[in-house]
Amino acid sequence: MLSPVLHRHCHLFLVTGRSEDSRGLGSFQDMARSISMEAAGLTLPFLILTFLTISAASSTNQIQILNAERRIDLSSHIVKVFLTLKVENVMTAPASEIVLAFPPAQADHLALVKAQAAIGKKKKKSYVHLDVNPTELPDAPNGTKYFSISLLNPLSSGETATLEVLYILTHSLEPFPAEISQSESQLVYFRDSALILSPYHVKQQTTFLKTPSTKVESFTRVEPTKFAGRELKYGPYEDHPPYSFSPVIVHLENNSPFAVVEELLREVEISHWGNIQITEHYKLVHAGAQHKGVFSRVEYQSRPSFSGTSSFKHLLASLPPRVHSVYYRDDIGNISSSHLRSDYRKSELEIEPRYPLFGGWKATFVIGYGLPLEDFLFESPDGKRYLNFSFGCPLAETVVDKLTIKVGLLLLIICFHDAVVVLPEGSKDPSAAVPFPVEQRLETKYSYLDVVGRTVLVLEKKNAVPEHITPFQVYYTFKPIFMLAEPLMLASVFFLFFVACLAYLHNDLSIRK
Amino acid sequence: MAVTKTEPINGSTTKSSAPPLPSMPLKSDLLSILSLKSLRLKTKQQELLIRVSILCLVYVLAFITRLFSVLRYESMIHEFDPYFNYRTTLFLTQKGFYEFWNWFDSESWYPLGRIIGGTLYPGLMVTAAMMYWGLRFLRFAVHIREVCVLTAPFFASNTTLVAYFFGKEIWDTGAGLVAAVLIAICPGYISRSVAGSYDNEGVAIFALLLTFYLFVKAVNTGSLAWGLASAFGYFYMVSAWGGYVFIINLIPLYVLALLITGRYSMRLYVAYNCMYVLGMLLAMQIRFVGFQHVQSGEHMAAMGVFFLMQVFYFLDWVKHLLNDKKLFEAFLRITVTCAVGVGSIALGVGTASGYISPWSGRFYSLLDPTYAKDHIPIIASVSEHQPTAWSSFMFDFHILLFLFPAGLYFCFKRLSDATIFIVMYGLTSMYFAGVMVRLILVATPAVCLISAIAVSATIKNLTMLLRTKSKVSQTGSTKGTGGGKTSSKAMLDQSQPFQRNGAIALLFGAFYLLSRYAIHCTWVTSEAYSSPSIVLAARGAHGNRVIFDDYREAYYWLRQNTPPDAKVMSWWDYGYQITAMGNRTVIVDNNTWNNTHIATVGRAMSSYEDEAYEIMRSLDVDYVLVVFGGVTGYSSDDINKFLWMVRIGGGVFPVIKEPDYLVNGEYRVDKGAAPKMLNCLMIWNSDLVTSYPHQNHNDLRTYKSIWMYKLSYYRFGELMTEYGKPPGYDRARGVEIGNKDIKLEHLEEAFTTSNWIVRIYKVKPPNNRW
Repeated sequence: MLSPVLHRHCHLFLVTGRSEDSRGLGSFQDMARSISMEAAGLTLPFLILTFLTISAASSTNQIQILNAERRIDLSSHIVKVFLTLKVENVMTAPASEIVLAFPPAQADHLALVKAQAAIGKKKKKSYVHLDVNPTELPDAPNGTKYFSISLLNPLSSGETATLEVLYILTHSLEPFPAEISQSESQLVYFRDSALILSPYHVKQQTTFLKTPSTKVESFTRVEPTKFAGRELKYGPYEDHPPYSFSPVIVHLENNSPFAVVEELLREVEISHWGNIQITEHYKLVHAGAQHKGVFSRVEYQSRPSFSGTSSFKHLLASLPPRVHSVYYRDDIGNISSSHLRSDYRKSELEIEPRYPLFGGWKATFVIGYGLPLEDFLFESPDGKRYLNFSFGCPLAETVVDKLTIKVGLLLLIICFHDAVVVLPEGSKDPSAAVPFPVEQRLETKYSYLDVVGRTVLVLEKKNAVPEHITPFQVYYTFKPIFMLAEPLMLASVFFLFFVACLAYLHNDLSIRK
Repeated sequence: MAVTKTEPINGSTTKSSAPPLPSMPLKSDLLSILSLKSLRLKTKQQELLIRVSILCLVYVLAFITRLFSVLRYESMIHEFDPYFNYRTTLFLTQKGFYEFWNWFDSESWYPLGRIIGGTLYPGLMVTAAMMYWGLRFLRFAVHIREVCVLTAPFFASNTTLVAYFFGKEIWDTGAGLVAAVLIAICPGYISRSVAGSYDNEGVAIFALLLTFYLFVKAVNTGSLAWGLASAFGYFYMVSAWGGYVFIINLIPLYVLALLITGRYSMRLYVAYNCMYVLGMLLAMQIRFVGFQHVQSGEHMAAMGVFFLMQVFYFLDWVKHLLNDKKLFEAFLRITVTCAVGVGSIALGVGTASGYISPWSGRFYSLLDPTYAKDHIPIIASVSEHQPTAWSSFMFDFHILLFLFPAGLYFCFKRLSDATIFIVMYGLTSMYFAGVMVRLILVATPAVCLISAIAVSATIKNLTMLLRTKSKVSQTGSTKGTGGGKTSSKAMLDQSQPFQRNGAIALLFGAFYLLSRYAIHCTWVTSEAYSSPSIVLAARGAHGNRVIFDDYREAYYWLRQNTPPDAKVMSWWDYGYQITAMGNRTVIVDNNTWNNTHIATVGRAMSSYEDEAYEIMRSLDVDYVLVVFGGVTGYSSDDINKFLWMVRIGGGVFPVIKEPDYLVNGEYRVDKGAAPKMLNCLMIWNSDLVTSYPHQNHNDLRTYKSIWMYKLSYYRFGELMTEYGKPPGYDRARGVEIGNKDIKLEHLEEAFTTSNWIVRIYKVKPPNNRW
């Protein structure tokens, strides 16, 4: 049972030892101690591992965290961490950025980091969004990843500021046991550190973990630790040097649907005749504990509260208002179990996969809908058109491992093609403005009656969470005359057909005579 | 002819419009086109316009009446076989023709596999793929599924055109139009050509009628070109459907009939030889047919007639050379005796040496309806191979059933080469339709054509009667002279009293009948023939529509949540659907080419669990799928098909004996069921429309159940299916099941759909010996 835990820690410590040659021996001793203690039943006394950086950059010494409060929300499979930092500049030079540190394992699962600063005193408090960018520090121990928060106003000497940080982790709850039967509920491990990993000295810190239920199998104690109700409290801990780390494991029950979309392809097709057609291809999987053995329909139907508690059968997709022609189907046809409720603010599509999803079960399906063009397409002051559409997966509470958005520009194609190939003027290119980093490329697609093909702008994003549902813009130029190309083509074909018929009839008559 | 008849009515308009002279120069012709006056059409043009617009409407009607299934359900493939066709078409469009031609399918008939390219009629798939590629080329971004779904309606529309030309060929344009209308909505044809019914028959009926039409045209004209065209029509038919055997036997029969009735002519000689020789050579290009045209007993009639034609030609030539009648008669006797002798010796030697294969079981079962029941249970077990009930004739033909004899009367009244053909086609196909339900389809075009002759001829006679009257009275009134009156009086005297009123009444009667026919056809199409059978619909308690989508639920579960190389065992009915929708390997499927393999599965289903487990281990089965209607009351499930499994299994493995599963000759599943029954593997499976009486509720007896019973009723005893009934009440059979305490030893329930219609079990690995 313990072996995976130990391995992971071992790895961590070994890396530590190698990076700090001078202090290698001490570290190894620490490591050995920690292993033996964890093996003895996770009854670790207070243990701090310090990662002292000898050549600490001046910037990391410059700042000190007076108070850090971390609230980790474990109630769904998307782990949300709210971090409130009160920072102080202890040096003389003004500091313009604050650096957050993440252990590499966490950094891989990091979907989003947002930061805001509180301005003003108590009642007149308001929040300002701050820019967060990944950065590198020269002496990062053990592959620690950093994000830097740019402050609005540089922090002068002795000044303090309060920052609020939200970061979201996906795939961070490991089901244990990894396989459960239909009647069992799902238990997961959550691993983190009782101490906040930080390149700064932390004076005081507390961590709260919010669990989905009162059922917690076990948790690592790092005194003072308190578990009450649905909250597990670590701390407060006083005065910890930079890179303090104290691994903890919480084994808790989490029966929320572990809905993960392994791959989502959203196709947005713009028609200047007044419609935007969205097609979304989903590969959904239940990423919780694997289902083992029998699936009994009798049990599932007659005892829903005990049987298959970790499974799910509904998903809710929130679509824009005024949505029309909604369909929900898969490779073998329409899926008849879905409901659409819409009002003037939003539309909600409740979809039910063909079968309830137990751990490890998959379902692929397609949702398609049309939207009125005028709600999403606008003209920018410089004469360009732009599409303003929301990024991210409309399914509630799902993680998307790989999200691809294809914006097909209906009928623009001819114009774009010319622009890209014949007249390569950069200004005519389609370009996207997305509030977070995505991969972009161009493709060509042929749809109904296309001769030249349509330009398709492809945006790719890995590890997307519901918080990524933010608007993005695609700018492009378009000549309305090209709208008429296809109707004219059709009209001329029909005209030629009738002319041919006319000619045939007249010839026919003359031959008979 | 109808053209000339319509002229008098429009006579006034015709006269007023100046007909352009044929010798007019081009410029003035153009001018006359441009002038307003020329917008008025001449009678012929009017007639053409009406005819073309009627045909266009019929074309559209034939297409849209088949779209009920899409409106009621969705654009999906129906039934069983179409799923195989769809899967192969998909393969063809993805991998190209040569891959398709050389495709060895390891996903079916595990562990035997199936050579797809050599064991199917590729016509349908190639047609759909061509349409798909064509549309793609024209930049219509359609999905191959839509093409497949709409192939049958599209070809049905084309069939109406062929029916029009055929009717025109054998009778007149009027009959052609009526035939087109009748066939457009005839339920007998619609049953196999609704949207989604992507089966060989969909294009084959078009090909069949086209071949016949082209052949009759060739016989009528004696033209080599039409003969060639009919050979190509025959080639298309051979590539599309096994029913081509009907053509290759009917045409020789027809030629023989013409020869016997002394209607031999050079036209016939040209048409038949061209069609037969070229058709045969072309047909050999289809791998599944191969050399059957020269090697199989079913095709020998055509070859015999071919040689007979040469003898006739030779005799004709000799007769032409010899002027002596006596000498010729002697020569005739000798030649005919020799020819018949040589022919029968060749046939005898061929059959004896095994060069010519004997008739196949299917062919026999057509000629002798009782043959299949006694010898080939697998053919008899298919519901569409059952002998036709009278009601289904009525259901599929409606008034055509009465018009058919009337049409035959008209045909005999005006006997010609063409009418002889249609009479023979009608009579033979009606016989076959009586033998097998599905062959109603083949009879439908003939019935429609012959009925169209009846309708057209009757209505024409009646309207002619009315027309002459009105014309006479019109002329009488306009002229106002004594001479006119006397002539009209004379006409009136010749006719019988109340003739005019009688004609009007009869016309109304005919229109009433035809409108009833249209209503009936629409009703049948919407109610009976538009169900995809994959999705079941029922009315809920509040009149709302309830959809049972269990089949797809199960197949999609298989597709997503089982290992890609999993082997699924089920009764053969579901084989095609599992491979197409579930994308998993199956043990047996609807291509019933290996009876032993199917019998093995049947045997497993009807034995005790231990024996069944042995069989499943030997077949490397991972999952077992059964269809069970006990919860929903769906009657065509595996338990109701079970006796056929026993019969087919027992046909190969005599261990399985049907009486073991019956109690006093009755098949039951309740407490009074046969001891073996309660202990067997399968309990209830589906394609046959069979009903079993369940009357007695005997004392409780507990037994080991046969496997099928176990699979169907596993944990069913805990379920309340209907209010006021004990748990474990089987709604499909209307009984409480006999064995509620079912334990599975070697299998575990892997998945059961929401309405329990499909149940999937996983085969456990053998127990560890330690």
